[in-house]
This record gives sequence, C-alpha cells and structure tokens, in this order.
Amino acid sequence: MLSPRALILRAPGTNCDHETAHAFERAGGIARRVHVRALAERPAVADDCQILCIPGGFSYGDDIASGRIFALELKTRLADALVRFRDRGGLVLGICNGFQVLLQTGLLLADPASGSPQASLAHNTSGRFVDRWVRLNCSPGPCVFLRGVDHLELPVAHGEGRFVLRDPALLEPLRAAGQLPLTYAADDAGRSTNPNGAIGDVAGACDPTGRVLGLMPHPERFIDATQHPSWTGRLDPAGSGAGLALFANAVKAMA
Amino acid sequence: MLWEVDVSLTDAAADHAAREVVAGARGLGIDDCTRARTAAGWLIEGDLSRTDIDRIAATLLADPVTESFVVAEVGAAELTVATDGLPTVVHVLPRAGVTDPAGLTAQQALTLLGHPGMIVRSLRKFWLPPLAAADVERLAGKLLANDAIQDIVVGPLTITSLAGGRTWSFTQETIRLAGLDDTALERLSRERCLALTVRELHAVRDHFIALGRDPVEIELETIAQTWSEHCCHKTLSSAVDHVGPAGEAHYDNLLKETVFAATRKIREALGQRDWCVSVFRDNSGVVRFDGDHDICVKVETHNHPSAIEPYGGAATGLGGVIRDVLGTGLGAKPIANLDVFCVAPSDTPAAAVPPGVIHPRRLLAGVVAGVRDYGNRMGIPTIAGAVAFDPGYIGNPLVFCGTVGIMPRGSADAAVMPGDLVVVAGGRTGRDGIHGATFSSIELSSTSETESGGAVQIGHAINEKVLTDFVLEASRQRLFHAITDCGAGGLSSAVGEMGATLGADVDLDTVPLKYEGLSATEAWISEAQERMVLAVDPADWEKLAKIAVDEGVEATAIGTFTGSGRIVLRWQGRVAGELDCHFLHEGRPKQRLKSRHLPAPATATAWHGDGSIAASLLDVLALPDVASKEWIIRQYDHEVQGCSVIKPLLGPGAGPADGTVIRGSLGRDRGIVLGVGLRHRLGRLDPYQMAAGGIVEAIANVVAAGADPDRIALLDNFCWGDTRREDSLGTLVEACRACHDLAIVFAAPFVSGKDSLNNVFAWTDTSGTAREISIPPTLLATAMGQVDDVRRALSPDLKAAGNRLAVVGLSLADMAGSQLELAGRVSGGAVPKVDAAACRAACRAVAAAHRAGLLAACHDVSDGGLAAAVAEMAIAGAVGARVELARVPGGSTSAAPDLAIAFGETPGRFVCEVRPDHEAVFATHLEGVPWAWIGGVTAEPVVDIVATVGTVERVAVEKLARAWRREAV
Repeated sequence: MLSPRALILRAPGTNCDHETAHAFERAGGIARRVHVRALAERPAVADDCQILCIPGGFSYGDDIASGRIFALELKTRLADALVRFRDRGGLVLGICNGFQVLLQTGLLLADPASGSPQASLAHNTSGRFVDRWVRLNCSPGPCVFLRGVDHLELPVAHGEGRFVLRDPALLEPLRAAGQLPLTYAADDAGRSTNPNGAIGDVAGACDPTGRVLGLMPHPERFIDATQHPSWTGRLDPAGSGAGLALFANAVKAMA
Repeated sequence: MLWEVDVSLTDAAADHAAREVVAGARGLGIDDCTRARTAAGWLIEGDLSRTDIDRIAATLLADPVTESFVVAEVGAAELTVATDGLPTVVHVLPRAGVTDPAGLTAQQALTLLGHPGMIVRSLRKFWLPPLAAADVERLAGKLLANDAIQDIVVGPLTITSLAGGRTWSFTQETIRLAGLDDTALERLSRERCLALTVRELHAVRDHFIALGRDPVEIELETIAQTWSEHCCHKTLSSAVDHVGPAGEAHYDNLLKETVFAATRKIREALGQRDWCVSVFRDNSGVVRFDGDHDICVKVETHNHPSAIEPYGGAATGLGGVIRDVLGTGLGAKPIANLDVFCVAPSDTPAAAVPPGVIHPRRLLAGVVAGVRDYGNRMGIPTIAGAVAFDPGYIGNPLVFCGTVGIMPRGSADAAVMPGDLVVVAGGRTGRDGIHGATFSSIELSSTSETESGGAVQIGHAINEKVLTDFVLEASRQRLFHAITDCGAGGLSSAVGEMGATLGADVDLDTVPLKYEGLSATEAWISEAQERMVLAVDPADWEKLAKIAVDEGVEATAIGTFTGSGRIVLRWQGRVAGELDCHFLHEGRPKQRLKSRHLPAPATATAWHGDGSIAASLLDVLALPDVASKEWIIRQYDHEVQGCSVIKPLLGPGAGPADGTVIRGSLGRDRGIVLGVGLRHRLGRLDPYQMAAGGIVEAIANVVAAGADPDRIALLDNFCWGDTRREDSLGTLVEACRACHDLAIVFAAPFVSGKDSLNNVFAWTDTSGTAREISIPPTLLATAMGQVDDVRRALSPDLKAAGNRLAVVGLSLADMAGSQLELAGRVSGGAVPKVDAAACRAACRAVAAAHRAGLLAACHDVSDGGLAAAVAEMAIAGAVGARVELARVPGGSTSAAPDLAIAFGETPGRFVCEVRPDHEAVFATHLEGVPWAWIGGVTAEPVVDIVATVGTVERVAVEKLARAWRREAV
C-alpha cells in the first residue's frame, strides 16, 4: 500500500514546515512542502495528497494579525481547492499559526449560515509571547487526529493564542458537539497550564466531521523523548514523544 | 485620497497595551493617567472609494470576532472623538524614511485584495484622560514613542499625503583635502561623521594628490566605511608597545599575535586532526561537524544602535548576525541564536540616569522584545544567553547576538569570478542606517539620540525570512559563487569586500529603492536591513531570478565584478566615483600605540553581616546576575525547528541549564552545545582574570552539558571603553593575552570574534560639570562544543534521592568581584585566579566520567559559587540536597571559612551527581584532580548546608526557588 501524502503548505514567514514534514515522515507518511504561491499556480498539486497541514510560523510576519493574510490569500486564490480537498475526505491540520489560519478562512467553526468566523485567537492575556509546556486533556469524539489519546504534554509558543468566541454561549454547544476536543489541564501541583487565558481552557478545535483540526500546541515538537524539558535521567532517550500520535493517527486513517 | 482606519479591541479589558500605559505612567509619576485605550491605526493613500476602504477594514485590518473599527478621511472629527470618556488623543507614527514593517505588509496584502499601488503607514493611537500638556509630552516621549524613530502627534493628524521624495538628480560634491591643515582635517572628519584620524586623512589626501585631483563625496565615504573600526578592527590590529604585570611586550599586530596566533598553533599541533575549516576569514567561523556537514558560528555586538533605539537596535543586531551565517561560504542554514545583554541595574533611580539615556529597565524590556520579535519570526530558536548588570553600562548597554549555522561539507570556500554579476537581494534600500559603521566607532553622548537617529535601523524580519529561504534554495542548487551580507557600510562594504581584488562596476541607479530621492552616495552606504549581495555567473542568473520570484524576494543585478582592480560607481552611465582596490584595502596607515596596565594590589578581605549561610544564599540567588531569567527565556521561541535537546530551562522545577544542546539536523543524533562566559565584575579589577575566567566559564558550561572537551571552538567579543587611552588599551592587551593563553591550554581555538570599542558616554550634569562613564572592560566568551549523541547529553537538574554529590576543583577564598560582595556581605580580597591547567584537567575528568555513563547531573560553579550551584540543581530537580562544607577541598584559611567555601567563585569547578553504585568507578576517573564527596541528594525538598563547625543551616527548595525567581519569599 502507498504511504499517505501530506502537503505542508507554507507561506512567507512559515517556519515550522521542516519539523512538521519530519513528523509526518516519522509517522510513515510522505511529506511535501509546497509554497502557497506554487499551489495557487497549480491547485491540482493538492489532488494527490490526502492530508493538508498548515504549520506554525509568522505567515506574512503576522504584522496585522496572526494568520490574517495567509487566510485571505487562501480565501481569494484557493477557496475552491480547499473545499474540494475537504469534501473528498482529506484531513486538514492547522498548528499554531495554521490554527489561526483555519479559523480566519472559515474552514473551522464558521457560522453555518453566514460562513463568517465565530471564533478567533486573540493576544495572550499576559500581552506576551510565551514558550512553555502545557498539559492537555483530550476528548477525541469524532476527531481523527486524537483517536485513542486522552491526555498530552506539549509545548506552546505563541503570542496570539487566546481562544475567544463571538458569543461565549457557543462554548457549551460546541463542546457537546465534540468540536472542542483539546483543553489545557492542570499540572501535578494542580495549577492550570492555560498559557493564554483561552475561554473554557480551549487549546484546539475540530469541525463536526472530525477531519479538520486546529490547535495551538505544537505536536511536531514532541516526536522524540529528547524534546521534553525533563527527559534526562527520566525518559528513555530513544523513545518517542506524545505528539507523534497525532501524525500517526492521520497517516493510519488515510493509509 | 488619504484614509485612516482605527482598529480597537471591543473588549476593553483585553487592551493589554492600555494597561501598560497606565502602569508606565504611574512609574513616571503621572498619577492622573488612571485609564487608557489604544488602537492600531492605518493610513492608506490611493484611489479607494468608501466601499473599498470599508471592505479593506472589515476583511483585512479588523478581526470580526474581537475588534471594531472606525474609517474616515485623515483629519475627520470622528477619528479624534473621546473613547470611553478619554479625550486626549496621541498618535505615534514611524518617521518618514523609517522602515514600517506592518505598513509594508499591509501594502502587500492590499495588492492581494486587488488594490495595487497603495501607500500604507501604520500608527499607534492612544486615548488618555485630560492631562497637563507637559505630562502628555513626557508620557509620549518616555513611554509611548521613541523620537529617534517616531513622530508624536497630539490631537488630530494633519498629514495630507504619504508620498515623499523626488528623484535625485546627479551631482558630484568634490571635497577639497589638498592644503587642509590637521585642524581642518579633524573638523572635516567630525562634521561628516567619517571617524577617520588625521593620519588616515593624510594618507587619503596624499593618494588623491598623486592622482592629481580631490576626492568626491562618495569616494571619501567609501574609504571611511572601509577603514572604520567597525569594519577593520584597526585598534586590535595595531602595533602596540605594552607594559603589563608580566613585563614589557611588543606586538606588531596585537590580534594576530595573540588570538590568531593561538588558533594557528593549535591547528598546527593538531596536524591531520585539525577540525577548523575556515577561521577569522569569512563572516563566521567554520568547523567540522559530521561526515557531511560543517557548522559555523558568529557573535556580533549592536551596542550603539541599541542604546538609542533598544527594540530596533537589538532586532537588527540579531538580523545582522543571522545574515553573517547565511553569508558564510556558499550559505549556511541558521539553526540557533544566542543573546547576551549587559545593562545597568533595573532599579537605577530615575535621577541617576543621565540626560539622553533610556532608563535601563525600559532598555532591557526593549532589547528583549527586539530579539524576541526578530528571532521568533525568523523561526530560529534562541537557546542560550545571559544578562549581566553593572552601573557602568548605563550609557553604553551591550547587546550581543549570536547565530549558529550548518552547511554541507565542501561549501565553506567561496570565490568571486571575473564577470560575475553583482546581485543584491532582499529588502529595498532607504535612508535607514546611514553612517552606522562610522557611528559605532564614535563615543556616545547625551545628544547622540538626536544627532545620529539616522544611524538606527528597524528590522523587518519577514523580509529576512524569505531572503533566507531564497538563499538556501539558491545555495542548494549552487547558483552563486560567493555571498556576503549587507551590514555596516552597506553596499560599499559588501561589494568592496567581495571585489577586494577583482574590483567591480556598479550602476547605483539600478539599486531598488524604498522611496525616491536617495543620492548615489546614500544608496551606496545605506545600511538598510535584510539585504545580501551575491556573485552570480551570468549563465545562472535566470534560474536564480526564478527562485527569487517563487520565494517572493526581489533580486537585482546592479553591476559586474570586473577584474580591473577598481571600484567604479556609476549613475545613469556617468561615473560617480572611482577607487583603487589596493589603496582601499591596503592603504590605511597602521597605528603604533602604547599601552600600560598594572593591576592594583589586592586589599584585605572584610566580612560583613551575620555570617548566615542560608540568608546569604537567599540574597545571592535574588541578585540580578544570578536570578532567574525565565521572564526573558519564555518570550523566546527556544524550540522551533524541533532540534532543541537541552533547553535553557529544564527539569521538573524548570531550573537553569549550563550549556544548551541542539541536534545539528532533524533525525540525526550528533549535537551542538553552546555556552557563554562573562566575568564583567572582574573587568575593572583584573582584565586578564576577567577574560580568563569568562573563557573557563564558557568551556565549563558546555562540558557540563556533555560536550567533548577536545572539540570546543571559542569566540571573543571585546567591548571596551576609550582605547585611545593608554591604561584602557592596556586592559585590552591583557585580555588578548588571556585569550591566547587559555586557548592554548584548552586546545580550544578561537574561530571568530568581534570588538566594540569607545563605549564611553559623555554628558553635562545638572551642575554644569562635564561627566563621562565608561563600561567595565568586558569580554564575552562563547564556546561551541559538540556531542556525538544528543541522547547522552547531560543536565544540571538533580535526579534522585540517595545519589551522591561531588565537587571537582579547588574552592579558594578569593572574594573580590563575587556575588557575595554585591550582596554586601564581604568586601575586598583578591580576584579569583584561573589555574588553566587544573581547569583543563577538571574538564577532562568530568567528561571522562560522563563518557563512562557515571553522571546523573552536572553543573558548573560560577556566579554565587558552590552554594548557588547546588541550590540551582535542587530547584531544577525539585528535590533536596545536603552539603558538608568541611569536605570541600581548597584549604581555605579564611576568617569566614563557611561563606568563603560556599560563595567563593574560583573558576573551573563542577558539582556532579553520581549514583551510589557508581561511586568507586567515578573516583578512578577523577584521579589526579582535586575533588571530594561533599554530600548527597535528599527526598525532602530542603537544602541542608553543614557548616565547618558542624551546625546545619536549612532552607526549603521552594523558598530558594522563590528567591531565585524574585517572588516574595
């Protein structure tokens, strides 16, 4: 059987594309990094891929807002190709900046009637960029990427990651529908690890089919045990990291 | 039509910037500023209808979920109405000609929305309560804006157009040198910011007399840039007659006979096993890594620009050193950054800050933000660093930025071929950063901010990111013969260096400009950021240009490397200037300098206070040099690229690392270890020991992380005061001697370096007295080590109760310059001396024990001594430890033996954690080195320190951690 192909879509300022491609390959997939400009010229490039991933970074410098221009570019030049990709059963993963892009394009959590975004990722409550490790509770529901995962430890690295809803009353229905499968959890001392002030501790969201997932933490940064900040003397240095499961699930689902 | 769009958060509580304004105002004593609101504003000029601009605001500029916006023509009343009852409106805009990254990005996005050709300028907008005009002015000037780069407008904006500049029309200014006396030459140098000495101007004058003409402006500027201290290290490469503690010495070329000589001797001794590839030659130092890769490293300073504009100065400092790596050989991929800042204490009273100087707290926040925003956007992990505090840095803060790169083996050598095109790629050229190279070679004064604002550059990281993607792809396809970055001196330096022997013809009118109006000279010497110069075979030009288009980078052929041995500059076909390469690069008269340094004799040690070890430890951990830098580290992405293995904060208790470790590339196990050493507190006492101690600290850091002690490359960064003074130059010579001596003993070659001299700040105080303050002589030593397998890297966090603790190396009672002295508990005493051979033996023994798998944890002993080292290990491991001071080897005869043993800072010691079943084997590896078991790891999270008389002082690890994090104890 052929290994599933993952298209790692990059834009000017994308900077997690190499390690994300590496994570898919470690999980048994074939990864290809493609510039959004090249895809806009030949949208058919996406047709022989089963997984689309928008990795982390600062697309277009995030100078106006994170992910805004990348999303605009996708909406203006690739809207049809993206919908076609999703409708034929492809998996879509947005990590960090990619999550921001998915919300802004309306591929995730858009208002079903108007198509406009109902959720956004605002500046962290601290007002600062933060790189730290968080604990996550997972309730996979329909989410393909999180199958069989009930908790995770992963790093976050962002300045704009505070999940907000246009109407806070949407939180419970979305949760009930299984569309908020990842939440920040407490550490061993019982302290919340929510790094940004997200409503409902939301760290990730998926669409009703479970085939489109966006998340702020970086699963591609915990593929090997040696990426954990306390691995020395505590973890098997040859072991894998918990983040690998997301890529392995995607590859397995499309194999 | 000039539109303004103001975008603000719907939820006032989320307006973090407003909270900072209120807090900052309180700090300035403006207590009436109890509330504020902020907005991001955009000025957009072009043919746009009301419908267009509304659509742009709604789809591009404002978030539909969290933000609302106001759109109107500039000057319209609705743009300045009170918000939330706050009537005072302040606008902060980038000054004309200053890079505006957000504006440029928005401009690009408008093209995407079908509106090409718009001009966009970003601004920040603040609404404040009714305040006295003087308070508004102070608040705006001190907090909201930096007038070196920004304009402040209180009340409505009155701009009518953003378009500026008209095409420059060709003129040539001849500068008469013939017949000028020395006073006139000196004045000429000062007025034109040339930073040339009278002797150098004599050489220039004589050169042009021989040619039968006077130079034109562009020629004189090119010479000034090329001969600047910044570009050619003229002090360090001078002949020096030195008198020092080791007697008289004479150097024909100081740097060559100390630092370079050490590297040469080490390489000769290694013979076939020499692992240096390219040292002191290219933009960074290159060494062997694995079978198919070399790695390179460079550390730069960006002190003067950061003093005037901390955010932009630090950001462009980092941007510059990243380009140094990118511009090494045939291009290296940047894989790690480091940053080190030396600043005055954050609690310096406002009254003690000289005029024209930014308060050190604001300065530190600014440089951290600059490195954060640039490094994070570049996607390069910032994994190592330090912050050092001393009042001497008040006027001249030091900002060091370093980058490590990796490149395929065999691509370290590059050579320009005659006929190659001169290609400039990346950002466009503007008036930013004119005279940066010569400005950095002049001392700062209280008026520098206004005089030299033009020398400050603003970074645009995204331009550098796409430029990096472009260069690495072009490098992979081998589409250029050579590459260098446009740094200090701009094109004049970059093209001048690349064409140093061949010469080049350059059509300056083809250089892409940010805006019209630059003269040929400005285009030639501008230090606009994010540009690289490539030498491209005309046959490869088309392919290269295609990659540039694909990656969204502008690349332009602006001339040819000729082989004529002359630099010929043209403007629309007319010769604007012409210089002989030989004169440009070899014509500078060498200096012969005198230096003298005799250290003051040590004074007697005096002990103060109650002698409590526990209280001293809590004091020392909270001192700014020692205290946690977590607030900085967490703002840097230190994990991007996925290769970070030993991170700056580690262990269950998130304690401090020594060296940090990264994989060379994904999926491979060979790693790179980075460490820095800085003993600035010894700089004024004993510059030799300051430098030697720093080098030992950097080496000990990487060894403690598992680095092979036989494969450590060193870098030097000398930051000094006014080295035109004999005594100051004397301290520099002593530091160079230390570099030579230590490198030889450790067989650790220096591979690259940089100096920043004349870090003296002059001002007139309120009583009208002329004052000046010099930085302490400061050498930053950086060590780049290697580990065979990152899965065997070592960390300082204590692992398990029951393990034993050993100290390796002698602990002596030399307390001068110690953290305990800063804590006010001791004064005087001798400077801790480096016993290089003993340190080397300790490093090798620890490394051998580690190779044998015997170390559970390892930490080098530096600031705060043994007690601080053990405390940090316990904090990181979230376990306890017991240490018996009587067991520590050193033979202290001090009057306060406990404090001397616990807090002395003898360089080159390690604390090792060893499993009980490894005790005996560990001892065999340590033979011949002074060491001892001093205690063990305990389950109860308490550090017990047993005094020499047998009494026990206990401190909870939680309490130590709170002191170290400067939280309430």
